Amino acid sequence: MIPAAFDYEVAESADHAIALLAEHGDDAKLLAGGHSLIPMMRYRLATPSVLVDVGRLDDLRYIRTGNGTVSIGALTRHSELEHSAELAGACPMLASVAALVGDPAVRHRGTLGGTLAHSDPASDLPAAVLALGGTIVAQGPGGSREIAATDFFTGYFESVLAADEMITEVRVPAGGGGWNYQKFNRRAQDWAIVGAAVAGGGSGVSLVNMGSTPIRASGVEAAVAGGASAAEAAAVAADGLEPPDDLNADAEYRSHLARVLTERALNAAGVA
Amino acid sequence: MTAVTLTVNGTERSLDVEPRTLLVHALRDDLGLTGTNVGCDSSSCGACTVLVDGQSAKSCTVFAVQADGADITTIEGVADADGTLHPMQQAFHEHHALQCGYCTPGMVMAAISLVEEYPGLDEGGVRHGLEGNLCRCTGYQNIVDAVLAAAGSGGD
Repeated sequence: MIPAAFDYEVAESADHAIALLAEHGDDAKLLAGGHSLIPMMRYRLATPSVLVDVGRLDDLRYIRTGNGTVSIGALTRHSELEHSAELAGACPMLASVAALVGDPAVRHRGTLGGTLAHSDPASDLPAAVLALGGTIVAQGPGGSREIAATDFFTGYFESVLAADEMITEVRVPAGGGGWNYQKFNRRAQDWAIVGAAVAGGGSGVSLVNMGSTPIRASGVEAAVAGGASAAEAAAVAADGLEPPDDLNADAEYRSHLARVLTERALNAAGVA
Repeated sequence: MTAVTLTVNGTERSLDVEPRTLLVHALRDDLGLTGTNVGCDSSSCGACTVLVDGQSAKSCTVFAVQADGADITTIEGVADADGTLHPMQQAFHEHHALQCGYCTPGMVMAAISLVEEYPGLDEGGVRHGLEGNLCRCTGYQNIVDAVLAAAGSGGD
């Protein structure tokens, strides 16, 4: 399975990448680690005419903590999140979830900015950033803007990112109470059939693979805030959602998993 | 065509590739290093695992142009020049960690990277760490034993 032909451009900076996107239009794609994009290109589900390689922008590989915020460069790789002592101290949830993505070889290449831009509702890290109440910094021709993770995802593999914008940084709060991530799958290295992320002692709850985007379980959050038990709060986890039916699970089973995994995650995060 | 320079098993190699050329095809077809196998062709099986700048990577999911300037190590490059096997290869040999052998080059490369990245691995850690490498013959037991032995963590 060979991808369709494309022209290859190496970005020397974020500014250069954005200029190349503007020059080549909608049919250009950014290439970071490539571990979502290249498989899609091999299946010819994606056939960009130009790839702009941002994988060499090492100045966007960093983890910095200050003023209660952890700022992570978009090109930071999953394995760097996983092994960062700074992140383990400031936001252990993100380090821990990063260690569950794919397998070691995938984590050596995949990037935090890339997985957010790809906006796969079945991916682990977008849901974690959502539960954490993170912020995504995107740069475009007119400068940078900050996008709340709650406003970022719009549909299957779709986000509010414009065609000429690039994620440059991801920010999550440092510290912040009990957390847990429950990833349920049946095959080694597979995506979650359903996942549940709890951050901030139950103030942030999100679900993986329960709809067309990573989903913020605001009903669960409200129940926890109102003093409900973990079991009571988790009971509403799937309310109003339309999870997908596929070979792994039908919608009813996914809804059951969402309730069970949310309760487990709430319990592990310290909600009784 | 795009000019790419790779340091492969310690030797600098220059080649012209189409941007869509995957690293595994550059290694096999352009450089003749056929020890790296193509298995699933969909980033799942790990048969094509090589080291890129010392870390395991599935070479079917990396464009050769992305690796321009990188250090690549393939299965052909891990033994000593005099033929002395790499400790991981020796452990696979001693523990009979293969049957048909198709997954073995990728398994060895993934295992070399794994023990480097995660010191003090136990059996569960080896099994989890090799999730991305599929073997359809052995049931994995001997592979896990070999990796544990090479990691100095026991295993018979």
